[in-house]
Amino acid sequence: MKILYFAWLREKIGVSFEEKEIKAVTVIGLIEELVLLDEKYSIAFSDLSFIRVAVDQKLIQDFKTSIKDAKEIAFFPPMTGG
Amino acid sequence: MVKLAKEKIFCNLSISVQELDFDIQYEIDNIKRRKKNFGGLASFLGQVRHSAENDKTLLFLELEHYPDMTEKEITSICNDALGKWELHDIRVIHRVGKLIPGDNIVLVLATSSHREEAFKAVEFIMDFLKSRVPIWKKEHYENNSSWVKSKKSDEELLSRW
Repeated sequence: MKILYFAWLREKIGVSFEEKEIKAVTVIGLIEELVLLDEKYSIAFSDLSFIRVAVDQKLIQDFKTSIKDAKEIAFFPPMTGG
Repeated sequence: MVKLAKEKIFCNLSISVQELDFDIQYEIDNIKRRKKNFGGLASFLGQVRHSAENDKTLLFLELEHYPDMTEKEITSICNDALGKWELHDIRVIHRVGKLIPGDNIVLVLATSSHREEAFKAVEFIMDFLKSRVPIWKKEHYENNSSWVKSKKSDEELLSRW
């Protein structure tokens, strides 16, 4: 699965994307799986109220959203466009 | 250019996410050349503010985005606007990359038969561009830089629609 990071999440994790074999079937499951891998993830994901998620380029509101058939998950902070 | 069928009129929807600058007059003329039969055109032009923080002057702004998603999200916002108001044209340009104070950031143009719909559409699109499109701004000062924090007030504005 392709996992992308943007803005300060990208800086905290140190890469803009990575390919990973993932067991998790939900967004929150994926976050929990990543946090166990390395401290940089636990720092980046320490406050989920600052985390926004897109599953296959669609914004999702619920962290329990399934990622079973997803190809691409993106994590980023609240958007500041315009 | 995407042509969307509406009940009575066709709306031209044109969206660009680009590093290059744009020219508001050129964009307006472009719409006027294509379609002469609209009653009003409303516009919003956003530019980089000359701001200062702790006595330090902003050197430049860096806009990062999610390339595969940015245009899709803007299209979806414009489609929502088309569902609400009868519009003839929508033109959105959002710049990304490195921008200095005074540089253009964003342009939204909307035309309709009557002013009210054009005004509302531009405001609606801008409100959603602020907090629903995957773009992030980083401010660079002489000795430090920081990511712009999203404003709660921007998020709250969405509920008015």
